[in-house]
Amino acid sequence: MSRENVMTPAGTAAAEPICLVAPDGTRRHHEPFDAAVADVSDDAVADLYADMVAARRIDTEATALQRQGELALWPPLLGQEAAQVGSARALRQDDFVFTSYRENAVAYCRGVKLEEMLTVWRGNASSGWDPFSVNMATPQIIIGAQTLHATGYAMGIKFDGGDQAAVAYFGDGAVTQGDVNEALAFAASYQAPAVFFCQNNQWAISEPVGLQSRVPIAQRAEGFGMEHVRIDGNDVLASLAATRIALDRARAGDGPTFIEAVTYRMGPHTTADDPTRYRSKDEVEEWSGKDPLKRIEAYLQTRGMAVDGFREAAEHRADEVAEALRAGVTGMADPEWEQVFENVYAEDHAWLRRQREQYGRYLELVEGEGQ
Amino acid sequence: MSTQQSEATGLRTLTFGQSINRGLRAALAEDDKVLVMGEDVGTLGGVFRITDGLQKEFGAQRVLDSPLAESGIVGTAVGLAYRGFRPVVEIQFDGFVYPAFDQIVSQVAKLRYRTRGHVAMPLTIRIPFGGGIGSPEHHSESPEAYFAHTAGLRVVSPSNPQDAYTMIRQSIACDDPVIFFEPKRRYHEKAEVDLEAEADLPLGAARVVVPGDQVTLIAYGPLVKTAIDAATAAADEGVSVEVIDVRSLSPVDFGPLEASVRKTGRVVITHEAGQFAGLGAELAASLTERCFYHLEQPPVRVTGFDIPYPPSKLEQHHLPDLDRILDGVDSVLERTSSLNGAAAGPSAARQGGDA
Ligand SMILES: Cc1ncc(C[n+]2csc(CCOP(=O)(O)OP(=O)(O)O)c2C)c(N)n1
Repeated sequence: MSRENVMTPAGTAAAEPICLVAPDGTRRHHEPFDAAVADVSDDAVADLYADMVAARRIDTEATALQRQGELALWPPLLGQEAAQVGSARALRQDDFVFTSYRENAVAYCRGVKLEEMLTVWRGNASSGWDPFSVNMATPQIIIGAQTLHATGYAMGIKFDGGDQAAVAYFGDGAVTQGDVNEALAFAASYQAPAVFFCQNNQWAISEPVGLQSRVPIAQRAEGFGMEHVRIDGNDVLASLAATRIALDRARAGDGPTFIEAVTYRMGPHTTADDPTRYRSKDEVEEWSGKDPLKRIEAYLQTRGMAVDGFREAAEHRADEVAEALRAGVTGMADPEWEQVFENVYAEDHAWLRRQREQYGRYLELVEGEGQ
Repeated sequence: MSTQQSEATGLRTLTFGQSINRGLRAALAEDDKVLVMGEDVGTLGGVFRITDGLQKEFGAQRVLDSPLAESGIVGTAVGLAYRGFRPVVEIQFDGFVYPAFDQIVSQVAKLRYRTRGHVAMPLTIRIPFGGGIGSPEHHSESPEAYFAHTAGLRVVSPSNPQDAYTMIRQSIACDDPVIFFEPKRRYHEKAEVDLEAEADLPLGAARVVVPGDQVTLIAYGPLVKTAIDAATAAADEGVSVEVIDVRSLSPVDFGPLEASVRKTGRVVITHEAGQFAGLGAELAASLTERCFYHLEQPPVRVTGFDIPYPPSKLEQHHLPDLDRILDGVDSVLERTSSLNGAAAGPSAARQGGDA
């Protein structure tokens, strides 16, 4: 077996992803998708654009903060703004979102506070926010685990007779995990109101998507009897449309949908990764031609909007976001030692209390720090 | 020593990580049934670069980038072992072994027993483990007790580059499945490694790394170095601490431990994992059974707390360090210690009682 034959899956090119705004800004047409975004005005598109600009700025700023030692690690989403913003803006606030660790734009759209988004990457806490405050679970690092949680949540919605949906975000690498396959089986069996949103960014750290799947990933859903669609993940309108359609289906009781958003991770896997070891410059260059932000600029220009105007407004908002992000992180106090022992159980526990007391005495002894 | 002499005697200055790489390379070269598998182990050379260069040297069929699924990695290794291969699988981080847990404890561990010896499972499962590198959650776990509790598995952990090189080769050569825990925070530590030396100890053997006669201090993996430092600090205060590196966490080589405890009558056991039902509990119970009448004090455990691994800004509170180990040593010496309830004033710890 040569390396090549796993790098180029037979079917990847087969199903042309659905696209509404082409890389050059041209509007393309697709019947059900057009209908799904018929109400989206040019101003609303400019808002989506502004969200993407903000997401990109969060990324740049967090990466800088990591380099300056303010964050321990950062998983950039550069290049994936459209997939995340489009899908997240399709959601209602009472839908519930389960993501992996790269969905910073989704978190932004859900209203997660910027410093809460970074707490975990600074190493201050295992989890930055209260999931119920924004209806979004905190980032999941165990690959694919959250797809089962979303499925269970969706089953709960169905059992309760609610009209919300649960959405799971995951990567192309994740589709190999048993958990994801089990999630698809459960969701299909129970016809749960779930949306599986796979961001196929072509790479799982150093492993190309062809190592995970010999067919387009969306096609996997077929075997589970699940509706599926493959979209251009760098097209924010396509992402919005696909997610709206899937959510409508979920709310109508028609079961789960699998969306594969074909996109690209422009940066490293995390700030600790060195992508030059495994992928070519040409590939990165090719994808930068499909940039999700540039195409919306071009599109809105064709619609007669003044690029300078909406770009300036978006950048102004992004500046504020970046400033708040930096202030939130640099002003963040280190956690107190007692936090080590908190929230292990709902009720106090004698064994752990003893460890805590001993450790308090230890700090008193060696540092005069305990209480 | 000149480079040429070094070449001749096989001596090299290598990091812990490079030593494992050399061990893997030697094993791949010696036996074409040896395979290396795991996420990102090929082109990237592993996220810690432990398998760096191996795919280039041995090809994509000997050093395989696995699809992203740990149960798949270990489960297919079982099939490869049926077929006569000796897979060495890498689990990228300790916290990612759990999806493979079922394959390891239900299949890998039991196949020899279930088949009355017909099927061997010469798998080596490499797991970078433990904390101290400032990682996010699931990247700093110490899951050794789960595996040590499972009959049929060998569980080992080297603590220095020479052992890393020797023990990885012994693990691959072993006809039993071996869980090979690599103390990831030691990956960059260097030492002189003899690549040609015959192994001085069997895979399952414990070793006295610092001789002493007042306290027995038992450690493994990442904490051996900390334990040695603690023994040096204790020596400065006139206390003689014997440090033992357990090396094999299952089965445990109790001989050297027992001999030491009979001599010192005082024992401290340290590990990063939580205390409850951890390795320390087994070692303390077994040594108490074997050496009860030689013990001057109950064995003391200096361990991580019984909590999920904390966020990185708090890990220094969780991980036993030199001072906490010395506090444990004080306790078995009946000096002022947080563990025997004494809450003396600040800085009393290092002044309490006579040696
Ligand atoms: C169970 C598990 N195994 C391994 C890892 C290590 N790991 C973290 S991210 C990653 C790649 C994930 O790729 P993909 O699912 O495509 O998502 P992406 O990072 O590309 O967004 C790996 C192997 C992990 N976090 N969890």
